[in-house]
Amino acid sequence: MPNMSLKKNEMPSQAPEVRNKNFLEVALGYTQEQALDEAQRCLNCKNKPCVSGCPVNIAIPEFIAKVAQGDFEGAYQVITLQSSLPAVCGRVCPQESQCEQKCVRGIKGEPVAIGRLERFVADWHNQHVTEAPVKPASNGHKVAVVGSGPSGLTCAGDLAKKGYEVTVFEALHTAGGVLVYGIPEFRLPKDIVQKEIDTLKALGVKVETNMVIGRVLSIDELLEQGYEAVFIGSGAGLPRFMNIPGENLKGVYSANEFLTRVNLMKAYQPGSDTPIEHAKRVAVVGGGNVAMDAARCAKRLGAEDVFIVYRRSEKELPARAEEVEHAKEEGIVFHLLNNPTKILGDDQGLVKGMECIRMELGEPDASGRRRPVEMPGSEFTLDVDCVIMAIGTSPNPLIKSTTEGLETQKWGGIIVEEATGLTSREGVYAGGDAVTGAATVILAMGAGKTAASAIDQYIQNKG
Amino acid sequence: MYRIVKKQVLNPTVTRMEIEAPLIARKAEPGQFIILRVDEKGERIPLTVADFDREAGTVTIIFQIVGATTEKLNHLEEGDCLQDFVGPLGRPSETEGLKKVAVIGGGVGCAIAYPVAKKLHQQGAEVHSIVGFRNKDLVILEEEFAAVSDKLVMMTDDGSYGEKGLVTNALEKLIEEGETYDEVIAIGPLVMMKFVTQVTKKHNIKTVVSMNPIMIDGTGMCGGCRLTVGGKTKFACVDGPDFDGFEVDFDEAMARGTMYRDFERHAYEETCNLFRKEVQ
Repeated sequence: MPNMSLKKNEMPSQAPEVRNKNFLEVALGYTQEQALDEAQRCLNCKNKPCVSGCPVNIAIPEFIAKVAQGDFEGAYQVITLQSSLPAVCGRVCPQESQCEQKCVRGIKGEPVAIGRLERFVADWHNQHVTEAPVKPASNGHKVAVVGSGPSGLTCAGDLAKKGYEVTVFEALHTAGGVLVYGIPEFRLPKDIVQKEIDTLKALGVKVETNMVIGRVLSIDELLEQGYEAVFIGSGAGLPRFMNIPGENLKGVYSANEFLTRVNLMKAYQPGSDTPIEHAKRVAVVGGGNVAMDAARCAKRLGAEDVFIVYRRSEKELPARAEEVEHAKEEGIVFHLLNNPTKILGDDQGLVKGMECIRMELGEPDASGRRRPVEMPGSEFTLDVDCVIMAIGTSPNPLIKSTTEGLETQKWGGIIVEEATGLTSREGVYAGGDAVTGAATVILAMGAGKTAASAIDQYIQNKG
Repeated sequence: MYRIVKKQVLNPTVTRMEIEAPLIARKAEPGQFIILRVDEKGERIPLTVADFDREAGTVTIIFQIVGATTEKLNHLEEGDCLQDFVGPLGRPSETEGLKKVAVIGGGVGCAIAYPVAKKLHQQGAEVHSIVGFRNKDLVILEEEFAAVSDKLVMMTDDGSYGEKGLVTNALEKLIEEGETYDEVIAIGPLVMMKFVTQVTKKHNIKTVVSMNPIMIDGTGMCGGCRLTVGGKTKFACVDGPDFDGFEVDFDEAMARGTMYRDFERHAYEETCNLFRKEVQ
């Protein structure tokens, strides 16, 4: 008999007023009892709409059925058929707009907590199963992967499972890409990322850090070195700024810089040599997950007041609903329908305020969202000593400029065939933010998966 | 790991190291830089490539001890390894087609100016090098510059070596004597580069400067190294580090460079105290 409760089992979490002062994980994960109870909410319905909502097509009802039977390792095995990074996805996927959005239980009441169950299963495996996966026999083919973020790791994992000898080249000193430099510890503990990478290494994937492809080696040189195919998952690139006065004052950060200092360089920990400003009043400009991460990090670094400044209304916030909720609980103040016009500095060149103008929503624009319009004369000044710009990135020009014949969009994204990830160069595939511009972890994983399967076909057909 | 093959103290505050990094040595060009970390908790710091040996597989760095990280770096000896060493980053200096160039180096900036002068010399250009230091004790790379320069002018602030005065005085003098240049390349403290451009602007000589702002990843991700060049935001790590000196907003760059001064001073003192304790 299924559990007909209309509500999901709640996620045990650190209390807001406690967690906004530490970097430990916010959500603590289901207990075994909660997982069993939640799994019984799944009706195991015939047409499985949830699976079609998953960019990597995890057999969701099957894994949940295993959970309901108490076969947690069996559930893990079902998930890993499709996903190389279950402990990551269970934490950072926007389930509410993917699998859970399609869940039949969501029609009346809340959908099954698929993400929380995935996380439970992955964590259970990591805690209870210590033996490393077996390295498959080599098929003698070499593939290079550029970038060790979600798309690169997924592509590498899928190919390694098929016996390919995969080398991942990472520009930074630690593998993981945005999972390491971007997403904060309190949302995705770094030892979990490391564990997923260790699993890939056990499958035979080599990871070479400190390798900036496009500089130290070009894509063509990789092909000359005997890699039969290359997957480019180099991620999003340079941060965007608003081009308003005062953006180069001291105390104005891009979200990438702020988060890199905190997450990758561990500037929040004593003993780290990397400095960061411990500001008292912080404005974060933007409404995506990155903006929420930056705001919540600023709060944890000791800021008294942290504001999100976003030009549209709450409904249009691109961040996951859960992240917005968490941010609010932690005391982040939302200034919606506001847009910065100028950052003000003192005589030392330090930020002392930000001038904003109020906005109202007009007609829908090309994206279908109602376009924000300035309300003349509504300018006001926000008293802040730090501004973090979280308004997106534009692709890094390095690989494009050093790879002849690699076609890109006008805005810099690499052009690929959607069904395969193939670029304009034979044997060169791409996926993730380098193709789409800033998007989600799971979409990047989906692209890595698509490319892995296309690379496999390409190499096998080559004979 | 990246082994220190050779270490040489150039003066009390400046050290030269040859680092084993064959892949980087194969590709490095004058004007490019590397990023290193000394240890697991270390920060990432950018240093411009001072020289490279493609056969031996080494990259040379020359650094001034200005803070905690360079102090720690200076405590490493031959045979020790650096945690991380990544590059070559940034765009190489553009030297093609130049026939006669004044290369100006200030202080430890000479370490970066030298490979550019060397490359120009190797491609047959007439090179006039003007190098400036605070005093005689701080002079570095004199022989190296002499070997690649058709004319070498040595300046010190206090006149304890070479001529007394600033590099801009020497440049003005050469121009007044009738020297003409296709280009002036100035590498040194921001204030020096700023004043060089004021001289060259008067005489309308194209001037290239090498910017060395605060950086973290150095690969085009964080935007910490941004500068205003010609009224637009540029990133030193991917658009530079060389820029048209007439277009750079030096005052803004100088202000941004002081962002972490207090933190750095504190970290430097702590590191020095730590090493002092070890010695005791």
